[in-house]
Amino acid sequence: MENILTINNLTKKFGYLTAVKDLSFTIQKGNVYGILGPNGSGKSTTLGIVLNVVNKTNGDFHWFDGNVDTHDALKKVGAIIERPNFYPYMTAEQNLNLVCKIKGVTTDKVQEKLEVVGLLDRKNSKFRTYSLGMKQRLAIASALLNDPEILILDEPTNGLDPQGIHQIRQIIKDIASDGTTILLASHLLDEVEKVCSHVVVLRKGEKLYSGRVDEMINSHGFFELKTDKQSELISILENHKLFDKIKTEDDLITAFLTEPMSASDFNKLMFDKGIVLSHLVKRKESLEEQFLQLTDNLN
Amino acid sequence: MIRLVQLELQKLWLNRTSKVLIFVSFILPFTVLVLSSIKINFFGFFTLELGELGIFNFPIIWHITTFCASYFKFFFAIVVVSMIGNEYSNKTLKQNLIDGLSKKEFILSKFYTIVFFSLAATLLIGLATFCIGMYYSSYTEASIIFREVEFLLAYFVKLVGFFSLCLFFGMLLKRSAFALAFLFILYIVEWLVFWGAYEIFDSANKAFQVKNFMPLESMYKLIDQPFQRVMMTKFPDKMDLAYDYSVHFSEIAIVMGWTALFIFLSYRLLKKRDL
Repeated sequence: MENILTINNLTKKFGYLTAVKDLSFTIQKGNVYGILGPNGSGKSTTLGIVLNVVNKTNGDFHWFDGNVDTHDALKKVGAIIERPNFYPYMTAEQNLNLVCKIKGVTTDKVQEKLEVVGLLDRKNSKFRTYSLGMKQRLAIASALLNDPEILILDEPTNGLDPQGIHQIRQIIKDIASDGTTILLASHLLDEVEKVCSHVVVLRKGEKLYSGRVDEMINSHGFFELKTDKQSELISILENHKLFDKIKTEDDLITAFLTEPMSASDFNKLMFDKGIVLSHLVKRKESLEEQFLQLTDNLN
Repeated sequence: MIRLVQLELQKLWLNRTSKVLIFVSFILPFTVLVLSSIKINFFGFFTLELGELGIFNFPIIWHITTFCASYFKFFFAIVVVSMIGNEYSNKTLKQNLIDGLSKKEFILSKFYTIVFFSLAATLLIGLATFCIGMYYSSYTEASIIFREVEFLLAYFVKLVGFFSLCLFFGMLLKRSAFALAFLFILYIVEWLVFWGAYEIFDSANKAFQVKNFMPLESMYKLIDQPFQRVMMTKFPDKMDLAYDYSVHFSEIAIVMGWTALFIFLSYRLLKKRDL
């Protein structure tokens, strides 16, 4: 598979603080990647380094096959980091024309991309009159101008209202469905869970995990159960080899599986033992639960 | 190169403040020049005609116009520091780099623009001077007209040098107001150097020679004040008025050296900096 970005042993120090520590991973064409991590875990710094605005301390990285300069490679990348940065005294259209000039592409895609993000009717308004949501959408339009090989988004929904968040997410999903590679940095886990196929998890500048979202932790899921015969159920579960951990909260029992088992098999088993369940749900851990489990393991 | 100048011109041209300042820095010296060349009648009391003084004669006119016009460089200096300051405060510098501009290209686009405007200002002043001179001057032989035309070259080098200094201060301090304040501080520092040199050599001449190597003084020295020269033409027998007013190659070399250094340092600063 074609590599878009390769990072090897990247390290960045700000004085005493090590923001990124010995980080390595690769981004492959066609996948949607999430970089996860709490605030201050080095997500933005990592993106800053590969985007030519932060100097690395050690290690290296290269775009595509490694034969082009970083700034030339960036002409084939679309990126928005943190806040949308444009010239406040220019209109949306003028700002995009300027970006076209920097990227060395013709300006005939400007209207089309403004249409994609729904700003065509406001194209002649000055950037400073825009709301944050509109600014963020303009930033996405700007990043799409060159039909990039990869789209990099750093906290794209930060500070937006629910409607704005929904709009941005919809745009990202549409772009992803076109087959564009996306790298999305966020601390909002449900955001990443909804759009990403792969994740890189960072904490304090170190990589904890990189790979597919569904393989992040070894888990076969768990059952949430309710019954009138609670104590009997618990004793059965505790003596069964398929379950290793059982939690009880009020009348809700949560039993974690050590091997795969379907809900109907479990229901049949319980019925044979003479227990009637009033509530049975089989679930997998959400990304948030997996993430917390992964970060807790190292504490 | 054209792409880089176009980029910068779009940034400047669509900003109302810089557009006004650019206009002022071009139109004002031009207006002053034209106004001073026409006969002004003060309500019938007396008429003032500067042309009568002989200052619009070739070749001295080259000296006088370039000296006076260079005071208007401060307007464009504000444009230069704000074109850096705005890139930092709008964070568009960061966005430009992300969009695929290299740090070298960023500095070069600013530098080319400086050269472009300096060239335009030089050509405009040259043209205006030529026309006024042709109108007023008592001597209109080509050999006299184009004698001392090197003042135009000095004017150009002076503008590029001064704006490069502004560019460097802008990059260093990231804020337009601080950068302008630093120009004033540098002016004081140069006098402190002069004072220090005077203490060491115990001679004002030696001290001035040291000061001539400082950035602001070296730019000022490119075109010496012409008033003494005007006096000299009026009183040719007063020998103590004589001074060396010509443009020396060494002076041009010093200013070009500073220009190269300021542009290089601006680039180094940007390269080292985490944005």
